[in-house]
Amino acid sequence: MSLQFIQEPLDKATPHVVPAQAVTLNVNGEDHTIQIAPWTSLLDALREYMDLTGTKKGCDHGQCGACTVLVDGKRINSCLALATVYQGKKIQTIEGLGTEDNLSPLQQAFVDHDAFQCGYCTPGQICSAQGLINEGRCKTEDEVREHMSGNLCRCGAYTNILSAVMEVLHDGDVVVDNGVLITVPVASTKASSVE
Amino acid sequence: MNSFTLTQATAADEAVRDLTSHDGAAYLGGGTNLVDLMKYNLERPTHLTSLGLLPLTDITSLPDGGLRLGALATNADTAWHPEVEKRYPLLSQTILAGATPQLRNVATNGGNLNQRTRCYYFYDLATPCNKREPGTGCSALTGPNRVCGVLGTSESCIATQPSDMCVALAALEAVVRVQGPDGERTIQFDDYHRLPGDHPEKDNTLKPGELVVSIDLPEEGYADHFTYLKLRDRSSYAFALVSVAVGLKMSGNTIEKARFALGGVAHKPWRDQEAEKMLEGQTASPDLFRQVAAKVFAEAKGYGEGSLHNSFKIELGKRAIVRALKQATEMSQVVNPNVFLNSNP
Repeated sequence: MSLQFIQEPLDKATPHVVPAQAVTLNVNGEDHTIQIAPWTSLLDALREYMDLTGTKKGCDHGQCGACTVLVDGKRINSCLALATVYQGKKIQTIEGLGTEDNLSPLQQAFVDHDAFQCGYCTPGQICSAQGLINEGRCKTEDEVREHMSGNLCRCGAYTNILSAVMEVLHDGDVVVDNGVLITVPVASTKASSVE
Repeated sequence: MNSFTLTQATAADEAVRDLTSHDGAAYLGGGTNLVDLMKYNLERPTHLTSLGLLPLTDITSLPDGGLRLGALATNADTAWHPEVEKRYPLLSQTILAGATPQLRNVATNGGNLNQRTRCYYFYDLATPCNKREPGTGCSALTGPNRVCGVLGTSESCIATQPSDMCVALAALEAVVRVQGPDGERTIQFDDYHRLPGDHPEKDNTLKPGELVVSIDLPEEGYADHFTYLKLRDRSSYAFALVSVAVGLKMSGNTIEKARFALGGVAHKPWRDQEAEKMLEGQTASPDLFRQVAAKVFAEAKGYGEGSLHNSFKIELGKRAIVRALKQATEMSQVVNPNVFLNSNP
């Protein structure tokens, strides 16, 4: 019996293994070529293969929004995206929105409004809010609440998240930069209405 | 998740060939439902035919005055398309009542039709479920079944089709165009999803290998008298307990034509053509709406009392129909009434 087992062709005696493939993803304006299996999510590709750990894994099922990134200016759940099919698209993560020395208007507003406690959901909140502003559909607080419903905050910082988003929404102007919609402040004056 | 191979098709016929040449293959649209189900080990395809590069993302006017929604247009692009907003505001409103912006930006129109139920037991691999594993039984018949159906159910399955968008498509009498190994065909929306009967594992009437290529809307969009009323356990990002999509043609206070469909109550978007006829040629009135609502739920069957079980949906559904018809006649739009339906007694 053992002889029979040994004589089995290898592809029948072992689970089917799919080789990793070279995939090139454009993240924050830079091409990254990585070797991944077809089932690697965009979230895992960012975190585990590119060391871009700003994007967070919360539920891993598209329910919490912690993994939100922008693809061609639109917000998506990177945990439900298979990285392979995102080649050729412009992916923006929290690392691409601003730097420590040069925060994006939303990042600055989140600081000014104390729009977090533990901070785990914050990169997703900011990317989602950027997507909301890019969409240009929301004006009122109720509309922003509804259109931020894909981002959960266990600390319950919703009140301050809302005020941060509202500030940028009213101060900002949406422009297209290199194919990606971004928001720039109307004036470079920093938020003075710290609450 | 199991291992799988993946091909990115660039044309519909190529996609059909790729899928049919692999055993255990599945089409990958936006992936917002399929990838999630694969993570739960509920779906275990050994090959994915990715549709992301197919040229089926356009929304175009048809010669007969209708509108063609590409199967791979995203839900967000569809809801916010100028022609959809202007001519089919019911569809726009209904899409925006579902999921989240992140999901709507990726989820496709074809995928929306083919999403699986959110019945608790379908997702719980530790419990029997005829839809997941035929022949094992239905745990929802006696277990907590608040989300389950009350119309067209069977002893095999009381799961509901969870889509909002499909409720509007049923009311709008959309036509689904599909392409398969034997070529193209069209399916009337009422015939697309099926009742569970003895085969709840089958959600729809697609044949093996068939791919949705477009959803065609007839010319009539009911832009002057429509409503989507969605009742759920929280006011955003929750599936409907009961929803009603209504489109009316009115002349003064007389209803000339009426179409409506319900979500959250059955294995498919629920339409009752006899109930629709009861409205036509009649003067809009609360009494008429109550009679229509009673007709729709005349043969409904609840599966237990109390907040964990779903018998409450029968009365809730009747009241939702009355309210939705009133909103559509008056055009007093309240999609998401601020009603807190407490799940705990």
